[in-house]
Amino acid sequence: MTELQPRPPAHVPDDRVSLVDLLDRVLAGGVVISGEVTLSIAEVDLVHISLRALVTSVSALAEGNHP
Amino acid sequence: MTDDVGTWLYAVAEEFPGDRLDGLTGIGGRPVRAVAAAGLTAVAGTVDLAEFGAEAIHKNMEDLDWLAANARTHDAVVRAVADDRAVIPLRFATIYRDDDRARALLVERRADFVVALRQVTGRSEWGVRAYCDPDALRRAGAAAPSGRATTGTDYLLRRRAQLEERSTAAENAMTLAAELHACLIRFAVAGRQNPPQHPQLSGAADWTVLNGTYLVDNESVERFTEQVAELESARPHVHCELTGPWPPYSFTNLDVS
Repeated sequence: MTELQPRPPAHVPDDRVSLVDLLDRVLAGGVVISGEVTLSIAEVDLVHISLRALVTSVSALAEGNHP
Repeated sequence: MTDDVGTWLYAVAEEFPGDRLDGLTGIGGRPVRAVAAAGLTAVAGTVDLAEFGAEAIHKNMEDLDWLAANARTHDAVVRAVADDRAVIPLRFATIYRDDDRARALLVERRADFVVALRQVTGRSEWGVRAYCDPDALRRAGAAAPSGRATTGTDYLLRRRAQLEERSTAAENAMTLAAELHACLIRFAVAGRQNPPQHPQLSGAADWTVLNGTYLVDNESVERFTEQVAELESARPHVHCELTGPWPPYSFTNLDVS
């Protein structure tokens, strides 16, 4: 039997970037099925400022990314 | 009574022996188990609703440390299972009352899962972020006059040149992104450009021109990564970051015919 162990990605550039990459995928990706206890996280209003700052992907060309 | 716990779902795969999950630890430090029905296996774990119930989880998700730790655990379990089989990752915090309800889901949605699994079998997701020195993007446009403005008209002309320069840089960034994406998609089954992350998040002074993610056939991964390196080496002002392989989080709703 092959033992299954969590394995980090082969290319991890930087902790902060990789957390954003991870949250982008784990919170915004994956199949959305209405769980019976917690509805989809997509419906969660991410109100907390630090969280919003982290998980919101900002369109660089629309705002904020220009010096 | 099962009022105080729920069944957290990590991923769905074609049915496999439950003992392959032995030793794998999930959310809350609890073991991960296989919940099988209709020829599918849901990778599942038990969670306390005091921490993960609808009300509690909304509150806890505002705690970045809590969120980061649990998101990493969710990903680690999905990744461990994806290591040797095709999986459909479920979105973070998909929680059912109990295993029976999860089995009912597998039965009801079997056809959808089978199609989704077929689309990701033998493939993995790769992220490519490309950064570019904004000066290089500006230089690609017309140079604004230097020196100080001496008259009102002069000032207005200079101001217009600055604005034009800025929009030229933005256009150049978009052109560059489209160019990079077009090169990468040739080596992928599917791909999409996500909004670039804010520079404060990426920690980079350079502009993020491309934040793309791609579904790549396993046998094409080498050519795909070579392409990333080639795109970078052909453009001195561009720096690329490759992440992966990821479980196919971004490609579970693919409509590949």
